[in-house]
Formats: sequence, structure tokens, C-alpha cells
Amino acid sequence: MDVTVAEFIRRTVLKVPRSHIPALLQAWGFLPAARLQALDVRPLKEAIAEAVVQLCQENSASIKEAAVLDIVYNHTFQNKRVWTVYQMTKATGGETDIFDFTAFKRKFKRRIQSSLINVTINFKEFEDNAIWIRIAWGTSYTKPNQYKATYVVYHSQTPYAFISKSINRSNLPLLCQALIVASNYGDIREMELRSHCLDSLKDIVFKRYSQTFQTHHPKPLQERNVAPENVDPRLIQEDKSEKERIQRVNQEVFGDGPQPKLEFAQYKLETMFKSSPKMVNVSERESFRCLVKFSSPHLLEALKSLAPAGMADAPLSPLLTCIPHKARNYFKIKERKGVLAAGLVSP
Amino acid sequence: MSVVRPFDKLPVLNSAAILLVGTDEDLQRQLAQTILKEKKDFKISIHLATSLPLPAERDHIRPRIDLIVFMINVQSKYGFKNIEASLAHVDANFFLGKVCFLVTGVGRVNHCSVDMSAVRKLGDVYCSPLIFCELELEGIRISTAQRLLRMLQICAGHVPGVSALFFSSLMRSSNDE
Repeated sequence: MDVTVAEFIRRTVLKVPRSHIPALLQAWGFLPAARLQALDVRPLKEAIAEAVVQLCQENSASIKEAAVLDIVYNHTFQNKRVWTVYQMTKATGGETDIFDFTAFKRKFKRRIQSSLINVTINFKEFEDNAIWIRIAWGTSYTKPNQYKATYVVYHSQTPYAFISKSINRSNLPLLCQALIVASNYGDIREMELRSHCLDSLKDIVFKRYSQTFQTHHPKPLQERNVAPENVDPRLIQEDKSEKERIQRVNQEVFGDGPQPKLEFAQYKLETMFKSSPKMVNVSERESFRCLVKFSSPHLLEALKSLAPAGMADAPLSPLLTCIPHKARNYFKIKERKGVLAAGLVSP
Repeated sequence: MSVVRPFDKLPVLNSAAILLVGTDEDLQRQLAQTILKEKKDFKISIHLATSLPLPAERDHIRPRIDLIVFMINVQSKYGFKNIEASLAHVDANFFLGKVCFLVTGVGRVNHCSVDMSAVRKLGDVYCSPLIFCELELEGIRISTAQRLLRMLQICAGHVPGVSALFFSSLMRSSNDE
């Protein structure tokens, strides 16, 4: 077995939390189950990694197996990466074709390798019909860098692909090209929708978030503002009807179910500065630069609880509530639409 | 929708009503619970509202309000604007000693989004005392509750010889020095 492969496997195992190691190795499915059972996960992680590498050596693992291990790792800990959604469109006619995984793999590989020899490309299909593609990029003179790979998640029956953010921006056009060639689409564009939580992105673009029967967060979050039942007759809530109105409006806007998980929303103003005629020293054509960023561990839930918590007026600005419907969280606000940042209330 | 008036109803014997106005419901509720826990020798009713005016359909069952407490959280500009708007719906007679402002959240300076001078100005303009307190802390909440109860007793006329107007002018003279 190659030294670099052994080192790569060792480092990948070291990244995994100890309690997840057996499940991860099982999902990998490369090492025989009997040997996995015998693997002791109690000692130091270095020792476990050493033992795993030993096992791989016996089974003569190649870079292909190591790459699959890396895919399994990234599938398990997908929240560690930032995912960007890309939408593909058919040219015209749009004949429905049956998806052929082997043809897809072949076309994808051929397209990339025709421009770049030094790449490692690996595929793995998961139960939910997701195809994970891992591409380690090299240049014409250097070997592929296994530690800075790009990951693509593609669902065969949908026009969406999720690409992990990586430093190899220069290879992105090639990757996009390979994707549309392999999946028989005409064009691809970035959707301005990014998040750490891949499942939430899928919820948004596949429109499953507001349906009550299937979202990826199975347990509804505990309602924070459920007031303890007003037992004391000396306490009188004066504006019950207003509260009910807020609840109702909020429910209309956000729905019942838990919200998909996004971490940021960004609004960029590209409007002209309009001054009163008296202020002559300010140039009329100067653009008014302003960038509003919202960030939160769970942005949409946070927005949802703004009004009930008494921090904003009940129907929030449509700019904030349109995020899941429009499936984007990066916005540019232009002059003609006539929307102003003044309508935004910062959380 | 009507203006809250201090003298439009007859007082009920041995009872007093306090109105808490503010958008931060959690704090409001905690303070109300603390006030209820305090020992007192009169009947109290605590009315909670996020903003004024109060809904008119409950006017006939609402007792005479003796003291209005506006809860300002300096970390919420929205809440502050809401209180500024609510003040327009309070009868001028209330400002003769029956209104006070509780200012919370001053401790965490970098979270403040309301200018302190704006808060002070509010107190000046409406001739009403500002009480600074961190209601998250239990000890301060209890002492604030005791203080409000004492003020409520005065405002409801339970303390012989001290009227709300007299008490507020007493407070003001020490503030303005």
C-alpha cells in the first residue's frame, strides 16, 4: 500500500470522534466485519488509527478506497462544510431520459480528465438516491491534493447539485461543465443559497420544508414563549387578541413545522444616494453602499421567534421571510424595485 | 381605543392596580410574579400589556389603574419606540406622579442600542422617575418589586399624608440637583 494512502487514512480516522469510529468504518464497508468487531476503540485515537491502517495494509487499500472513506466521513459530518446550491436547466425540448449511473460516471470522468490529467474522481451512491462525487484536484505538474478535495452531491432526478465550498475556485467552471455534460442538462447557475446544513438546503430546494410529514428535523423545537398557564387571577393579560394575531400571522408566514437551518442571510444594497436639493456637496450619482448581514446558528427559527418575543412587528419584512420561498439567502437590492433597507429590523 | 385615565373610575376599597407596559414579555412576567410573591396587606391586580392603548372591549371590567410602569430595555430599539408611541395614549394627569420608567439592560454596554440620553430625556419630558435595574438578577428584581409596591401604595392613596404628586416631587428634587 502506498505511503500517502496510509497517511491519508490515518489522518481521516484521527478526525473522527472516537464514538463514531466503528459506525463510520462499518459504513465504509471495506474492511471485513469480523476484523472490525475485534477492533478495540478504547485506547488512544492514535492507536486506533494505527490499527485501522494496519488492517487496510492487509487488505491492500488503494487511493480509491481511501477516497470512499473520505466521502463517508464527509457524508456523516456534512455540517462541517459550506454547501452552495446550483441549479441546472435543460436547453429545449427536454426529453426525459432514464438516469444511468455508469454512463454518468463515465461522462463526468471523461470531461474532467480531458482537461486535467492529475485528478482523483470517486463516486458513491447513498440510500436517499444522493450521488456523492469527490474530486481531488492537481495541476498538470503536481499530484492531486487529497486533503483539499471538492465534494458534489447530486440527486439524479432533480436539477440541483450541491457543491462544497473549496479553495479551488479556478476549477469550478470545469466541474460545472462536467456536471451538465454528465447529467444531460443545458446550463447551470449558482442559486445564491448557502448553508452548512445540507439537509436543510435539500428541504428548501425540494420544497419539503413546510410539509408537516417529512422534514429532516423530526422533532419540533420547543416553543419558547408558551406562557405558563395564567393561573393567578391577579395577573391580567390585557392584549390577548393582539398576541393571537401575532401567532396567526407568524404561522401564515412560517408555517407550522420547524424551519430549515440556515446560518446567514446577506443583503447588498446597490442603490443611488438620493439627496435633497439643498445638499449640493453630495454627488447625485454616488451609489449608496451598504451590506446587511444576518447570522445566527439557526436563522429562520430566529426570525420566526422575533415577533412572538416582542422584538419586531408581526408581519416581518417580506425580504426576510421570502428566503425559503425564493430559495436564496444572498440578495442584491436594486434601485427599481423600490425596497429600502429601512424596513429591516435587526434581530 | 381610549386614553388611560387615572380618575375615570372609583377606587375599590383596599385594592390597587398596576399596569406594566413593555415588549419584553419574559421579564415582564418574571417581575409580575415577583411582585405577587411579596407580602402585602391589600388586594393587587397586575395588568400586563405590550403597548398602549389598551383594548377598549375590556374597559368595563378593568379597575382604576393606579400606577403605570413602562419597562424600557435599552437593548431593544423596537421596544423603546413602542414605548414612545404608547406614551401618547396616557392621560396627562398620570404624569403627576403615577408613571415610572424601569430601565433594564444598562449593564451590558456593548449590547445597548438605545442612547442613554434619549432615555433620560424621556424621563425629563414626562416628569417621571427613571429606575435603573437589572431585572435578570433575582435580588434586584425583588428589591425593585418592593419599591414598586411601595410606590403603588402611595399612588393608590393607601399611605396617609403622602400623595403621588408629593412623592414624585420629592423624588425629582433629588434627581435634578
